[in-house]
Amino acid sequence: MNHKYVLNLITVFLLITNIGLSGCAHVAPWERGVLAKPQMAVDPLPMQSVTRAHNYGSREAAASTHSAGGGGGCGCF
Amino acid sequence: MIKQIQLLFSVGLALNLMMIAPLAAISVGDSLPACALTSLDGSHEHNLQALRGKVIYVDFWASWCPPCVKSFPFLNQLENDLKNQGLQVVAINLDEELADAQIFLDKYPADFAIALDPDKQCAQDFGVIAMPSSYLIDRKGVVRHVHHGFRSGDVSALRLVIESVLGEPL
Repeated sequence: MNHKYVLNLITVFLLITNIGLSGCAHVAPWERGVLAKPQMAVDPLPMQSVTRAHNYGSREAAASTHSAGGGGGCGCF
Repeated sequence: MIKQIQLLFSVGLALNLMMIAPLAAISVGDSLPACALTSLDGSHEHNLQALRGKVIYVDFWASWCPPCVKSFPFLNQLENDLKNQGLQVVAINLDEELADAQIFLDKYPADFAIALDPDKQCAQDFGVIAMPSSYLIDRKGVVRHVHHGFRSGDVSALRLVIESVLGEPL
């Protein structure tokens, strides 16, 4: 009984792995035109993200890697 | 029953892995693949094999590729300096939308021949893995140099190779 349960588990695992793998495909370089668009980047607005992180860091109590000096809530840069 | 299911899954797994395997690429010493290309308006058909006897610099590019922007002045320079010595620059566009290529060419004018590869068969035969990819083919139709990507620092080395291949007798 236990043996059959393990086999079933393996079967389900293989099924899920296979379904996942079918999502992988070789994308040829000439098919990357849409992927190359700026809005497809992980961080589409890097400048805005850095500014926000900087503001956030300087307005919270502790210093972060984005704020120049220590924190303190004064909003000083 | 379970054994059969597992066999089926193993076969499926193998097939899936084959799908994500990369293409076979052309390398130095291989001969030029037959490439059916069309002109920008799609009217004329060209074949790279017909250019045998000339040194061909084949460059695969796309409008969305930033290094391609950098490579265009270099290609213009090659065309203007070395055309008389028997160099033929062929820039093959691989855009999915032809309109993108047109906009690019309006922005960055090209003095050299631009060709289209509508069914991407040529890119597949060359095994293009990067954008831009360029291939230098000598007068006998043998690939002599493969270059992936483009940086401004590559110019002098590339030029040296091209000139040395141009200097060879037929």
